[in-house]
Order: sequence, then structure tokens, then C-alpha cells
Amino acid sequence: MIFGYPIQLIMGQVLIGLINGSLYAMMSLGLAVIFGVLRVVNFAHGAQYMMGAFVALMLWQWLGVGYWPALVLVPIIMAIVGIVLERLFLRRLYHIDHMYGLLATYALALIIEGTFRKFFGAAGTAYPNPLPGGINLGFMFLPWYRGWVVVVSVVICAATWFAIERTRLGALLRAATENPVMVRAFGLNVPLIITVTYGFGVALAAFAGVIAAPIQNVSPQMGSHVIAVIFAVVVIGGMGSILGAIVAGFLLGIVEGLTKVFYPEGSSIVIFLVMILVLSLRPAGMFGRPT
Amino acid sequence: MKLDRYLLIAFVAVGLVLPLFGDTFFLMKVYCFALFACAFNLLVGYAGLLAFGHAAFFGAASYVSAFALKSWGWPMEVAIIASVISSAALGLVFGAIAIRRTGIYFAMITLALSQIIYFMAVQLPFTQGEDGIHGVPRPPLLGFINVSSDEQLYYFVLAVFVFGFLAIYRIVHSPFGHTMRSIRDNETRAISLGYDTQHYKLGVFVLSAAIAGLAGGTKAAVVQLASLTDVHFQMSGEVILMVIVGGVGTLWGPVIGAALIVAMHDYLASIGEWMIVIQGLLFLAVVQFFRRGIMGELLALLSRIGLRKGTDKNEATTGETLA
Repeated sequence: MIFGYPIQLIMGQVLIGLINGSLYAMMSLGLAVIFGVLRVVNFAHGAQYMMGAFVALMLWQWLGVGYWPALVLVPIIMAIVGIVLERLFLRRLYHIDHMYGLLATYALALIIEGTFRKFFGAAGTAYPNPLPGGINLGFMFLPWYRGWVVVVSVVICAATWFAIERTRLGALLRAATENPVMVRAFGLNVPLIITVTYGFGVALAAFAGVIAAPIQNVSPQMGSHVIAVIFAVVVIGGMGSILGAIVAGFLLGIVEGLTKVFYPEGSSIVIFLVMILVLSLRPAGMFGRPT
Repeated sequence: MKLDRYLLIAFVAVGLVLPLFGDTFFLMKVYCFALFACAFNLLVGYAGLLAFGHAAFFGAASYVSAFALKSWGWPMEVAIIASVISSAALGLVFGAIAIRRTGIYFAMITLALSQIIYFMAVQLPFTQGEDGIHGVPRPPLLGFINVSSDEQLYYFVLAVFVFGFLAIYRIVHSPFGHTMRSIRDNETRAISLGYDTQHYKLGVFVLSAAIAGLAGGTKAAVVQLASLTDVHFQMSGEVILMVIVGGVGTLWGPVIGAALIVAMHDYLASIGEWMIVIQGLLFLAVVQFFRRGIMGELLALLSRIGLRKGTDKNEATTGETLA
């Protein structure tokens, strides 16, 4: 018992929080990567996450392709979708106010969500659990799939962080953000770097979508439900900070889980309240540099 | 500026005789959303702050007015004034937090803040959750002017719109408005001239929230309903769409944009789910090709054929920058 609450209840909610946190972390990471290079806030991120879950569902229902191949296939398919979207709609907006990028991606989100709602209805569908069963840890029951979600998202986040902050490719990416003209002068194809980065960010969102499919109801609204939370997470972590997005994602998932134990009514707004607190103390976010 | 005055007189004259021909319920909705769009334009067009959470002020006012009218039986004008005050207070709190950051951050923060109001509307008992507050009564104005029918309420709503529109006109053309635009165009310069830009930004945020509240509070009496649609972030997106379709930073653009979107909702209601897709396509088209909006393109056309000298200093230099 902790504060008069049974430990099973608390640990159960911490686990759910950790899983939501894993999804928040992967999504805000994608948002941060895209923002870092394109300076565009990808409002369609939620819609792309939803599409990831739906593409996995369609692969399974129509082609019989299961969860594990989908985990690789869906991000690739969605990266291609992302690249096409970037070439068609975002490319022409870089030289003007960054707000137009936000509005264009918002428009894309409306179009994607509306189309999916038209064809699949608002009710949503369940996706089968690829890892049924679990293990009793004594103080709580851990379903295998939930454990897998946490592990895989930690690995993906760590790998992305390493690739961007510690490798030559990442250095190139950061240089292209810092001074695109100079990087171009060195003979590097900056527009291509930008396009690929957007594709990668979309693939991350889609990957999170596939991960979420077996634990959440796959519905057209799953993206718009989460997008505002993701924005708050990115603001809390510090916009453009890769590490900030990851840490804030996991942390806020847990905070949200614990709120469900102690004050369930507040669980849907607690992340926004944390955002207000962080903005009051550190306007640039936890890991952001003051601008 | 003389032109704007004539246009307003013409608008009121047409507005007074329109009930003879048109559907008054539809027109009242247009006035409410036009006022909402004008309030939003005050913030984005003249102060250069793109908020993505104005539904919070519109929706909160709608709930306050609906609840005061239905459960407390307050007189119409008192309920609407209460809704304006509550939105202004909310604007003061949200504004104080949001103006700490600019640009994209400002948009994201206002969106996140507005979600607090949305979830409160979902959970608090007085808002009646998914159902919303239905059957809002229309008590007599000032206790003796009957406004229970659409035809009677129409003139009151027209008056509210004109009052709000004139208030915005006054704000834009006041010394405060000039300072506001100087901050939009070059904040660093305004700071170096000794202006406390944060105070000005907060001021315009509160004014915009209050007028959005006036629109929302009146809307609750018109539609006789306050629901989650009013506070959802899609409403925040919709008001942005109205303003950029009509023309950011133009006085009349938001009115045109609002009329267009409300008409779209009314006449295309039968296509259901496609509505949101069409809105998205319209949004995308405007952002890609007509960033000046209808009014902006019209004004540009007028100056190109020489009917209008130069560009008005009161307009936003739309196209390259948003505001």
C-alpha cells in the first residue's frame, strides 16, 4: 500500500503510463526531428500515426500480412507517403512564414482523417495481439506485449538519438539545419536531405501507430485525440531537442498514469497543466535553449 | 478609411432589409461566426499572433451564456455580458502564459491550453458532456423586448455584430492599434522605442478573447445550444480557415470568409463525412495558392489596375509572412 492505494493498482497504472509514454516519446521524437530540419510543425503527425495503424490493419485483413512484417513494411510505406506529401505540398512553403507549414499539415490532417472516417466509419476495429499472455511479477501482472512496447520504443528512441547526435549522417543533418547555404556549397543535396528527413519522421509516427494498434482501438480519431498532447510534450521537452522529446514523452506518460490513480478526473488535462508549469519556470522547455 | 465607413453603412442597410428575403436563422449564424472571425483576425492579422485555440473563448462563452440563460434564468443581455467577462478572464490567464513564446510555439501552446477547456467541457457536470446544453431559452431583452422568434432576435444579433465590428475598427485605428501593428512588423524595434510589447500583446489577446466571447455567448442564444463542437480544436481550425479564406489582416475579409464557411456547412450538410475533407482541401488550396485570401486578392487587383494607390498601411503584408 502506498498512500492508501494498493501497489498493484499503482504499478498497473505506471505500466499503462509507461506504454502511453513510449508512444508519446516516439511521436514527439518524430515531430522534433521534422521540426529540427524543416522548421515545420507537422500537424499531420497524428493523422500519420493513425494511418500507420490502419495500414497495418489493412495488410492483415486484406493480404494476411501479420504484425511482425508490418512493423517493417508500414514505416516504409508511410515514409514513401510522407515523401510524396513533402514534395507536393510542403516544399513550396519553406521560404515563407513557418505558420503556413503548420496550416498546410493541419489541412492534410483534416483530409486524411475525413477520408478514413468516410471509408472505415468512426467506430474503429480491434487488431489482434501478436504476443498474448504475460508474466506474474509478484507485485503485478505484466502482459508480454506491453513489455515489448516499452523495450522496442526505448531502443528506437535511443537509436534515433544516437544517429542524430553521434554519427556523421546526423552531423550532416544538423549542419543542413544550421546553415543550409553552406552545406549546399559543399556539394550536398540539401533539398533531398529535407525530403528524406520528413519521410523518416512520418515513418516514426507510423511505427508508433503499428505499435499502438494491438493495444488501442484502431479508429480514424486516434490521431486527433493524441496530437494536442504530443504538442504539449514537445513544448515541455523543449522544441527541437531530440533528448527533450524522448525524456518528456516517457515522463509525462508516467505522470498521466499516476494521475489516473490519485485523481482520475484530472488525467486528461494533467499534461497541459505540467506544460503551464514548465512554461512559467523555463519558457524554453526542459531541454530547450532560450531563444 | 472613408470607404470602410461607407461599406459598413451599406452592410447595415442591407442587413436591415435582408430578413425580407433571406433565412434569418442562417444570417444570425453568419453574424456570430463573422464576429468570431473578426475577433480572431484582430489577433492574427493586426498583432501577428497566430493562436490555435480560440475555440476555448468562443466555446466557454457559449457554455456560460447557455447555462446562465437556461439554469439561472438570467436576462439575455446579462448572460451575454457574463460570457464576455468570463472569456476575457480566460484570455487574461491563457494570454499571460502563451505570450511567453512567439511564432509556432505560440500556436502550439494556445492549442494545448484550449484542450484544457475542451476536457473540462467533457467532464464537468454543468456542461452535460456529450449532449451539451440543449433548449437554451431566449428571454426578453432588457426584460420587455421580445426576442423569442428568429425574426425578432435577428435585429439584436445584427446590432451585436455591428457593435463588435465597430469595437475592432476603433481598436485597430487607435494609438494602441498602431503600436500593435508596429510590434507585428518589427518587435525588436518597438522594444527599442520603449514599448512594453508584452503588455500590448496581452492586451490584444484579452480583447480578442473578449470579442470571441461576445460571438460565442450570442451564438448560444441563436442556436439555443452549447456543445462540445464549440470548444473542439476543429473550431479553432475553422476560424483560422475563415480568416485566411477571407483575407488575413483585412477588415472585411473575415466577414466574407465566415459567410462562405457557414454557407458551406448549411448547403453541404448532406454530404456528411466529406465536409471535413472539403474543408481540408479548401484550406490546402488557400495556403498553397491564395495566401492573400479573397479580400487580399481583390485589394491587390484594385491597386494593380490603378484604382487604389499603393497598399494600405493598415493591412498586413500578406503572402510572404502570415501577418
